[in-house]
Amino acid sequence: MRAFTYTRAAEAETAVGALSQNAEAKLIGGGTNLVDLMRENVERPNEVVDINRLPFSQIEELPDGSLRLGALARNSHTANHPLVRERYPVLAQALLSAASPQLRNLATNGGNLLQRTRCYYFYDVTAPCNKREPGSGCGALGGYNRIHAILGTSEQCIATHPSDMAVALAALDAVVQVQGPSGPRSIPIGEFHRLPGDTPEIDTNLRHDELITAIDLPALPVARNSIYLKVRDRPSFAFALVSVAGALALADSHIRAVRLALGGVAHKPWRAHRAEEILTGAPASAEVFRRAAEAELQAAVGYEYNAFKIELATRSLVRALTTLTERHFA
Amino acid sequence: MSFTIKQILTGDLPRLGQAPPLAADPYLIPVSLRVNGQEHQLRLEPRVSLLDALREFIGLTGTKKGCNQGACGACTVLVDGERVNSCLTFAVMHEGRDITTIEGLGEPEDLHPLQAAFIEHDGFQCGYCTPGQICSAVAMLREVAQGDASFVSADLTAPAVELTDVEMRERMSGNICRCGAYVGIMNAIREVYEQQLTGPRA
Repeated sequence: MRAFTYTRAAEAETAVGALSQNAEAKLIGGGTNLVDLMRENVERPNEVVDINRLPFSQIEELPDGSLRLGALARNSHTANHPLVRERYPVLAQALLSAASPQLRNLATNGGNLLQRTRCYYFYDVTAPCNKREPGSGCGALGGYNRIHAILGTSEQCIATHPSDMAVALAALDAVVQVQGPSGPRSIPIGEFHRLPGDTPEIDTNLRHDELITAIDLPALPVARNSIYLKVRDRPSFAFALVSVAGALALADSHIRAVRLALGGVAHKPWRAHRAEEILTGAPASAEVFRRAAEAELQAAVGYEYNAFKIELATRSLVRALTTLTERHFA
Repeated sequence: MSFTIKQILTGDLPRLGQAPPLAADPYLIPVSLRVNGQEHQLRLEPRVSLLDALREFIGLTGTKKGCNQGACGACTVLVDGERVNSCLTFAVMHEGRDITTIEGLGEPEDLHPLQAAFIEHDGFQCGYCTPGQICSAVAMLREVAQGDASFVSADLTAPAVELTDVEMRERMSGNICRCGAYVGIMNAIREVYEQQLTGPRA
């Protein structure tokens, strides 16, 4: 691991200032991903700014009924907050499905959004990777690409975003609150992460000198009937091959409101807008669910080892919708 | 050199001694760590993990290094009562926190109920993952007592959880045992869980 200088930020301005002055500086929250990447020499900051003492650990209801999740609240605390469990079960489940209890106790909400891909070629500094080393090529395209993306890929990168939390946030229309040198701004979750395009080295639209302070969840009644379905190689402590964050409200057997997002399929959490359009107002039936899911996956492209994800994602969408419909009538 | 089971379970092993200082280094900074109630004044590079600080600088070798990447749970310790992977966090970040390792849970002559239960139920074979398993289980039982949900909890709005086998497996999935002593581990934890439900030890 490259040696670095360590400072502890007492105020957000200090942290932002350190980033502004040093392009190689990194913030550390839980560190569960950053420390690992530093040990592998994938991340090589020469300065690490500890932000754990900043006052962003609260989870509080705002006057407009939305819920503000502090960027430094731990994933475990967020999952078990009574209002998260009651109003946004999809988020509680997504958080609880991720990693292990020990990791969730360290991992912060802000850091969760900034996780790097778990693509093996990204982690292996001897392999080509356009994300780690722009212009070096992509080891995954012609390599072992079982865990890779099927939607929104580019010739440069077929990595997936590893977060479960972010998939739930995409379905919930969360808003990321950030602070930079010129003050605060808000980034809708759908615009936070990026598709790889020709710049796969840039994961998000957060600028280098910005700090995440909170994630806001809008008041969303449909989220009370919501689910996080995660399909993986073993039933615990594994990343998703495919996941679905879904919320559903019915009126007279017709779909009044629906939210769907897919994980494990793209470089960002994939909000299933096409499926939602087809479903909204339609009868809640297996045939409609299948048609909507197929429409969402119509543009999907499979590679040598991950083509199975297209049908897996389709069926996972159908299963999530079926489960939510059963719960509605239960 | 051979050790007794109680020594392995409580981390009561010969000290390796202080690691040699990393030469005169501009990156060395003073760090004060409170481990098992005792303050330790160290000078560390900030890249020293909490795990390495415990083992190599303080000499508490009960906590084990398995994968060193957060996947196996052998390095599990308690920070302010919560279980964490000590390999994935820098020691310098933990100034002022209360750190508890396997050595802080019980002594060979005064075992923690979980340490005693692991012996009683053969909750190990080689013993390498055991300190992490026990630290993890201590925190896990507290999480259950305070009603924390898990991914397999059917009802997220229920205020209380029952520690079924399915719940226990999910909640202990951050600790791997390559000897496969899971049946004994489960039985040991269950015994203490049931003691806590009915017995005087809350």
